[in-house]
Amino acid sequence: MISVSTLTHSLGHRLILDDISVEIPKGKITALIGPNGAGKSTLLHLIARQNPVQTGVISLDGEDIAKTASTDMALRMAVVAQELGVASRLRVRDLVGFGRWPQHQGRPTEVDKAAVEKALEEFHLLDLSDRFLDEISGGQRQRAFVAMAYVQDTDWLLLDEPLNNLDIRYAKSLMAKLRNMAEEKNKSIVIVIHDLNYALANADYFIAVKEGKVAFAGETSDVATSESLSELYDAEVNIIESDGKCFAFHH
Amino acid sequence: MIPLLLILSGVSIFIGVGDLSASQLSFDNEEAWELFFISRWPRTAAIILTGASITICGVIMQLLLRNRFVEPSTTGTTEATMIGLLIVAVWFPDWSLFGKMSIAATCSLIGLLVFLKLAQNLPREQPLLIPLVGLIYGGILGAVATYFAFQTDLLQYLGVWLTGEFSGVIAGRYELLWIAGALTLFCYLIADRFTIVGLGERASKSLGLNYQSIVLIGVATVAITSSLVVVTVGVLPFIGLVVPNLVSRFMGDNLRESLPLVAGYGAIFTLFSDIVGRTIRYPYEIPAGTVFGVVGAVIFLWMILGRKNHV
Repeated sequence: MISVSTLTHSLGHRLILDDISVEIPKGKITALIGPNGAGKSTLLHLIARQNPVQTGVISLDGEDIAKTASTDMALRMAVVAQELGVASRLRVRDLVGFGRWPQHQGRPTEVDKAAVEKALEEFHLLDLSDRFLDEISGGQRQRAFVAMAYVQDTDWLLLDEPLNNLDIRYAKSLMAKLRNMAEEKNKSIVIVIHDLNYALANADYFIAVKEGKVAFAGETSDVATSESLSELYDAEVNIIESDGKCFAFHH
Repeated sequence: MIPLLLILSGVSIFIGVGDLSASQLSFDNEEAWELFFISRWPRTAAIILTGASITICGVIMQLLLRNRFVEPSTTGTTEATMIGLLIVAVWFPDWSLFGKMSIAATCSLIGLLVFLKLAQNLPREQPLLIPLVGLIYGGILGAVATYFAFQTDLLQYLGVWLTGEFSGVIAGRYELLWIAGALTLFCYLIADRFTIVGLGERASKSLGLNYQSIVLIGVATVAITSSLVVVTVGVLPFIGLVVPNLVSRFMGDNLRESLPLVAGYGAIFTLFSDIVGRTIRYPYEIPAGTVFGVVGAVIFLWMILGRKNHV
């Protein structure tokens, strides 16, 4: 379990996160939702230790993340960032291979190599594996970065808007993969996501952030209602149930 | 690549004003061996070490700054080294070579760190801004060096470093370059870390890499290596820019794979420039830095124009 308590973060004079306390359950998919600029990515980056915590404490299974060695954290938590502007020319296979760096520290074993090949196959990247990152499309690059975090094989996987640039087929297959990881391998996954329908269909748990505060948090079926979502986004959202599935209509 | 490197090394050893050919290097010919050990071998070794280490400097800077157009001579680092050398010449002329080197390396380190600070504040979307700011920054440092040299009557001294050439290399005057060679080898050992740093700060942290310390190691290596080269043979611009870009087109930026090629081709291009410079107006010499300035400019233009059909 990740627990965030009294977390406050500001950039310059602007308050981004205002006294946030929330818990993220283990072995589930948690959707981090909220309007643009609400502080979702900042929260995710703080959990992922991309930026130092200013005030408050974030702990992973009871351990303060600020006091855990970063090589240790890399074995427990993987992150896929939102901006993937890469200047370097790496082959897709090499990039995915670097996902095993925390395990092998530069000396890949057969196990590491096999894990990389498997990930390339599962993310439909085999055909692209010898291409350079700057010669493939944005969506393909996105998949390569997700595959890189996937081979890291950590208990926690954090993804910042992983569906960006993905077409319907790959978006569906990525969400199915995440579901599978949570259910079969008991992995814990946190995604920042804007597409409410994907979130409703796949996330077990919702955390909604608005203006730097937690608007609501809880099991999807308990908290994701037409009223709560409409208020969150300041726009009309209707949750409609059909065939036992929830859909969000907003236009 | 290796056969080409060996052939060019052979050519480099056996051309020159003094008469030396492979057949003369027999056991009893002391004169030929003397020429070999005092002048020819040191010169060829110096060329290879210089070529390899400055291209590695270029590649590391390009990864650290995540920009294809930087190298020590386009970012004020060599100018900072010059200021360091002038300080040594004016105030500490009787220091040991090691002491002098330390001051020069410290100055280039400061110069490089200031440039990194400047570069951090530039927008990433405009990759050409970084080299432009680097050239301006280098220009300012260069002006300071020139003014300082003018005031202290050391302009000629400065001129010696400005053109990289190998005609002055003899045994006893190039050995510092072996340190540069050792640093190059060290870079190869931690090549993976530099490649990850090239993916950016976020990716590095996510993989549990201490980003800041790798950047500092890289910066220190570049500063020391480039000042070693400037002190021993002078400034060889362009090679650190052209060769890594050329290799990257075919091999990518996975340093574990590309670093030996970058170093090898750096040595080959430097050997080639030096051989051309030595033969084109034989028995006089044109500095290798000047020759490569011409060759490198052509290759660079070809790379920039050729890119269009590639992407």
